[in-house]
Amino acid sequence: MPEIGNFSIILVFVFSAYAVLASLIGAKTDNRRLIRSAERAVIINFAMITLAVVTLWTLLLTDSFTVAYVSAHSNRDLPFFYKFSSLWAGQEGSLMFWGWLLSIYSIFCVLQNRNRHRAMMPYVIVVLMATQCFFSILNLFVANPFTTLAIAGPGGSQAFAPPDGNGLNPLLQYPMMVIHPVMLYLGYVGFIVPFAFAMAALATKQLGDTWIKTTRRWTMVAWFFQSCGILLGAAWAYHVLGWGGYWGWDPVENASLMPWLMGTAFLHSVMIQEKKGMLKVWNMVLIICTFFLCIFGTFLTRSGVVSSVHAFAQSAIGTYFVIFLSIVLASSLTLLFDRLKYLKSENQLDSMVSRESSFLFNNLILLAACFAVFWGTMFPVISEAVKGVKITVGAPYFNKINFPIGLFLLFLTGVGPLFAWRHTSLKSLRKNFLMPVFLGFAVGVVLFAFGIHDFYALMCFMLCVFVTTTIVAEFYKGAKARGRSSGEDFLTALINLTHRNTRRYGGYVIHFGIVLIFMGVAGAAFNKQVKADMAVGERAHIGSYTLQCTDIQNDDNPNYSSQRALLAVYHNGVKQNYTLRPEQRFYKASGQPTTEVALHTSAVEDLYVVFSGTVNSDKAIIQAFVNPLVLWIWIGGLVVVFGTVIAMIPSKGEMERRNAWETEWEHIIAAREEELNQVAKERTRA
Amino acid sequence: MKGKGKFIAGAVIIVAAIAWLAFSGFNESKSYYKTVDELMAMKDPHNVRLKVAGDVVKGTIDRQGRHLSFKIQQKGIIVPVNYVGDETLPDTFVDGVQAVVEGTYDQAGVFQADKIQAKCASKYQAKQKAYETQNKT
Repeated sequence: MPEIGNFSIILVFVFSAYAVLASLIGAKTDNRRLIRSAERAVIINFAMITLAVVTLWTLLLTDSFTVAYVSAHSNRDLPFFYKFSSLWAGQEGSLMFWGWLLSIYSIFCVLQNRNRHRAMMPYVIVVLMATQCFFSILNLFVANPFTTLAIAGPGGSQAFAPPDGNGLNPLLQYPMMVIHPVMLYLGYVGFIVPFAFAMAALATKQLGDTWIKTTRRWTMVAWFFQSCGILLGAAWAYHVLGWGGYWGWDPVENASLMPWLMGTAFLHSVMIQEKKGMLKVWNMVLIICTFFLCIFGTFLTRSGVVSSVHAFAQSAIGTYFVIFLSIVLASSLTLLFDRLKYLKSENQLDSMVSRESSFLFNNLILLAACFAVFWGTMFPVISEAVKGVKITVGAPYFNKINFPIGLFLLFLTGVGPLFAWRHTSLKSLRKNFLMPVFLGFAVGVVLFAFGIHDFYALMCFMLCVFVTTTIVAEFYKGAKARGRSSGEDFLTALINLTHRNTRRYGGYVIHFGIVLIFMGVAGAAFNKQVKADMAVGERAHIGSYTLQCTDIQNDDNPNYSSQRALLAVYHNGVKQNYTLRPEQRFYKASGQPTTEVALHTSAVEDLYVVFSGTVNSDKAIIQAFVNPLVLWIWIGGLVVVFGTVIAMIPSKGEMERRNAWETEWEHIIAAREEELNQVAKERTRA
Repeated sequence: MKGKGKFIAGAVIIVAAIAWLAFSGFNESKSYYKTVDELMAMKDPHNVRLKVAGDVVKGTIDRQGRHLSFKIQQKGIIVPVNYVGDETLPDTFVDGVQAVVEGTYDQAGVFQADKIQAKCASKYQAKQKAYETQNKT
């Protein structure tokens, strides 16, 4: 069985390498047949890696512990669902999974575009399959998921199967943790499509905005998955790890944030290229950096180069990644440099108070954030290389930089869409901003009067109101105007308005989701926590809550033994009708304790309680947190998801145009084929 | 060109502000990352913030209610650690695990840690390593 897996990975390597060469030679010599053959290799490549993935799944589900990967990441009693997800629980499997997702993207990309963009496709395939080739090399030589266990016995080594596997880390046995890596990887891998098209545009000198228009939706898909992945990771940390927070600036978290920040900058600045023909070089740089950071993120999580709570054992894999990343950077930048003369800007920046400049500032700020995170994350490595001492930086560094950056970004989110292209007149500024600014300040004054004096939090809430007002006004004004001209009622007008320009209005919805997330994050300024040792009957106070310990219970089952405290809750002196049951478990198979957080969520605040054992077995050690507004982070995440879905729906006009265009294309192709047939017939007659 | 000039001026101001924040944030939160044996080799280990990595010595974790002390070791050198932080310990913090403690090393030779991290995957990796060694022999 493992041999099938090994063999198919070898074939993945062979076919991806072939696709790269055939595409490259085919494009250089203008040999259509060779290019076709490369396209088919992409399809076979997908089939082969699918076979490898199915093989590993089969091995996992049949408890084949003779395979090292299976025995390390699964065990007999593991629920089906988690056995399935063990595919991406460890290094070897997750790298193969990465390759599999890449092959899925590749096949869609090739099938969708091979006729539309004949000139660019060979180079797109080169980029896709070269990356695939790299991952298959990793799977073959450094992280083979099909390595089998053997022990030395009489007459050579013998296959060896331990009676049971090590099991999946209990911390990962959580539904959110099953889809979090999938989402993140779909995001990481997804950015390869715009990158591949960018490289193809450079290679073929087709440097208009075709590559951007073609990959617009792909970029959104990748961004969508990455956003989901990051939020799911945060939610997992919050609900499972039990330290009361959701973001700790851990290198692995940063690894997912960096490409997201860069990708967000890219997503915005391509709009300027589409509208104004500006920033062509800049967009190239952004997509190169985004792709680089996606691979780099995979590298950070997989190599253990920066130590982190997630760190995996340091392995030879780092060298491979460094080589690959160097090749990516060197080749893409060389290509870009060589094509600079074709990337002249068609317009100039006219005014500071314009849509263009707000986009530029947005880019600058996102990049600054990305660079700051990069610097902080990599500082131990950099300082060791330069000065020979490993210096790490902690959360205060990241917070100090990113709070003001975040606020400025939020401000731009509000003003950007309301600025006109080129130049905004004072009159329109007054018209558009009077209301939002007024409401923002009004809310600020009220909050200040109610005792909210934290500078950043207050600024953040004011900006949230400001931005929300601008968004609501945009929808309202648009729908009103449409209703007046078409006679539709408000709701119909609102829906049609959105449908006419899904990217714009979907974008506003995403912005609103981001506002909610900011609001939730700002709530952290008012977090409270308390520690208490509570005997049964004793009370502890936190904020407006009072906790009373009503019982301490012990439990035991084959999987784990557990101990928990039962806490009655009083809010403002009123007894609540729920009981909190924070628990501590000890998993027998893995010998690992886990904390089960007890959480009571409301729109205003979360009551978050952790139980960490007892003192003299009669006093529960309780740590309680009150975290205001956290729920809004998750709601904001859902709004972002909803907005992205809207933005991905083709606009009404766009769909009609595309259909018309495609029909026309089919006619042209049919006519051309007819012509060729005629020629062929005449030739045979002659 | 007017717009461009202004934009560059704005950009410079922003970048300078961020650089300043980065610098001050950096000085507030930097700590030297050492392993236990490197800590011993340091000339003046007492007045700086440190992050020290080592393996938790088996059987030394001593919990007295909230109070926690243990020993970490690397290459045979052992340092006692006293936990003075108020965060709940990570679940992965158990005997023998590789831990990173953050805090200061006091004059009495006890490490006063206010943060403890434990590397979660090491146990699994270690077991697998053992299998692989068997594999090779």
